[in-house]
Amino acid sequence: MPNLLDSAVPLEARDVRCAYAGVVALDGVSLHVERGRCVALVGESGAGKTTLLRCFNRMVVPSAGEVLVGGMDVARRPPAALRRRLGYVPQSGGLLPHWTVLRNAALVPELLHQPDITAAARRALELVGLSPDEYGARFPHELSGGQRQRVALARAIAARPGVLLMDEPFGALDAISRSELQAVCATLRRELGVTTLLVTHDLLEADFLADEIVVMRAGCIEQRGTLDGMLAAPATPYVASLIERAMAGARRRRMS
Amino acid sequence: MTRLNGVSLTLTLLLPLVSARVARAQEARERRAPVVVASKPFGESYLLAEMFAQLLEARGIAVERRPGLGSTEITFGALRAGSVDVYPEYTGTGLLAVLHDTLPPNVLADPRRVFAYVADAFASRYGVRWLPPLGFENTFAIAVRAETAARYRLRTLSDLAREGAHLTGGFDGDFIERADGLAGLARTYGTGIRPHTVHPLLPALKYQALASGSVDVIDAFSTDGLLERYHLVVLEDDRHFFPPYEAAALLGPRMASRSDVVAALTLLSGRIGVGTMRALNRRVEVDGADVRAVATSALHDLGLSAATGGSSRGGSTGTARPLTRDARGDSFGAYLWGRRAALARLTFRHLWLVALALAAAAVVAVPLGLALERARRAAGPALGGLGVLQTIPSIALLAFMVPLLGVGTVPALLALWLYALYPIARGTYSGVRDADPAAVEAAEALGMTPAQRLLRVRLPLAAPVIMAGVRTAAVITVGAATLAAFIGAGGLGEPIVTGLALADTRMVLSGALPAAGLALLVDGVLALVERRVAPAHRRRVGT
Repeated sequence: MPNLLDSAVPLEARDVRCAYAGVVALDGVSLHVERGRCVALVGESGAGKTTLLRCFNRMVVPSAGEVLVGGMDVARRPPAALRRRLGYVPQSGGLLPHWTVLRNAALVPELLHQPDITAAARRALELVGLSPDEYGARFPHELSGGQRQRVALARAIAARPGVLLMDEPFGALDAISRSELQAVCATLRRELGVTTLLVTHDLLEADFLADEIVVMRAGCIEQRGTLDGMLAAPATPYVASLIERAMAGARRRRMS
Repeated sequence: MTRLNGVSLTLTLLLPLVSARVARAQEARERRAPVVVASKPFGESYLLAEMFAQLLEARGIAVERRPGLGSTEITFGALRAGSVDVYPEYTGTGLLAVLHDTLPPNVLADPRRVFAYVADAFASRYGVRWLPPLGFENTFAIAVRAETAARYRLRTLSDLAREGAHLTGGFDGDFIERADGLAGLARTYGTGIRPHTVHPLLPALKYQALASGSVDVIDAFSTDGLLERYHLVVLEDDRHFFPPYEAAALLGPRMASRSDVVAALTLLSGRIGVGTMRALNRRVEVDGADVRAVATSALHDLGLSAATGGSSRGGSTGTARPLTRDARGDSFGAYLWGRRAALARLTFRHLWLVALALAAAAVVAVPLGLALERARRAAGPALGGLGVLQTIPSIALLAFMVPLLGVGTVPALLALWLYALYPIARGTYSGVRDADPAAVEAAEALGMTPAQRLLRVRLPLAAPVIMAGVRTAAVITVGAATLAAFIGAGGLGEPIVTGLALADTRMVLSGALPAAGLALLVDGVLALVERRVAPAHRRRVGT
């Protein structure tokens, strides 16, 4: 397995098409994420963001096109080996409820047979702001929603993957936990410099965490750029309306 | 045996040493294979079978007892299959319930011609031999209370046909359905003979129901000891509807070569008159005397007991010893205490049957549930099929087993195993299918292989649901195992079956109460196991 950090473009999709049961989820999408960058996929439900993200860890198999991780076609590797190299944070956390926090965090190092599993898990927990001594022995149901997402984040980075895939990681949290987690995530990105693909429906969150934003709609990419760039020159009326709505939401939040 | 003798003869000419060893081994084998003596589940059958057994033992023939097998179908099925060697049977039953033949009325009126016909047909069709009759008939009898007989002036079945519309009947379920039961009576005597209300009643309950006035007419057997106890009037079969029911020993195919067995049992032929039999039945059914003791004294009175005495060492080879009864009168607690050794043995046996069936079911049903979860299209039909199996009444399922597997432990285990499959397979299937989908998905996305996901995530999360299935199966099996006694597999059903046959409520309860307690106990123990196997997070919150 080549080190994903060594590749200049750790994530790349070429003209990917995805259709199941007659529904086209991705309609010829191409995307690349350069090393160390964070790209956010933004759009409404059903735009194809999650499907695109899941093509990279082969949880979705595209019907056409190429998906490359670290320059290599994902179809050419055993899926389990590929996935262990990619950090993954699902929306609902997906912690194993019968395992302690520490054991959850240690999952990927353990699957990779890394030498010091516990140390890796403890470091990861510290990085996301959870004291391993205080929380390590607890079970997921004994934590708050925000703490559970922190554990999910720790689990994703414990094996020091070159790439982090985050699927609406803070979507189910209240506003306060959400902004805390966003801060944790930003710190983490600065410290680890890990290449990140983030799915979110929140344009401001995308702007806060990502270097670049990709707006998707109906299985296609509408525009790629920064929020400022999109504000100045929205490529389509849809992008314009998406920005307008995001701004209105932010104003409402600030006033209340 | 003849062929083996021929072989040993040849060997004798060639190699005297070897032949001696072969002959000794053969003799030993023969002595070791015990004669299996069975009975059906009613007092007279128990008593006659016990007399057969003691008679054989007194002549040094090893015996294995299988008292109280479920029905004619089960017992005769076992005899043909070779898992029973001898049991007492009645010519009328053989004619109607086994051969399903009809004979002209003039033949039916003559017991000797019926015996000749039945013995001939059994020998040619089944290779089964009737020994000469014991000397009494135990025919169907229709009985009423003395005051009912006086009030309606009932003496014969023709009288009953005149007055039946005023009366309430309590009959064996069997008797109501059989062509040679109520339906046949109505054909011969007219539909008036059918009481306006008919309750199906267990044999054990009929006499009490009649004596207490709940019913007015019952079907009985002419040798029942209870007829005397309750001062009942037996109505005369004036049109000779019922065929003769001469009692005799029925010998299975394996006994063809056992001249010693035939010689011993034939000693009883023609020796037991109807008066003798009714008095013996009365001692067992009314006075509550021990079947074994009554059999011993009956053989003694007939001058057939050996000096060594068969009863003292009797049953040492049998797994299912007939239950002995103490004199009635002491408290139920004392009664149970007096039988603690037997009850402990039966409870242990019961538990053993359940545990074995359950373990074997789990070994098959858990992988089956997992396989069905992988092939969900097959899950519906497969689980549906197992569910249908669940609806077969236990006694019917047990009866199906007899022609295939005979009687005893193996068919009982198979039936219990079949019952236990469904709850366990269902629990495994739904438990694994419904295990926390987000966790299972995350485990996959983080690089667990399918085997790792199954063993480390899905099975641990499904464990409580699987265990719930095992608990359900265990309770069902504990209950169904009481019926295993009908095919001679022992367990707590043994006192229930015997007690029902002997109208001994305490004996029934001495099996039923421990069985109920066992069900609760097994459920409780498995609840603890369930908590042990629950995923760690559930244990901590204590749910």
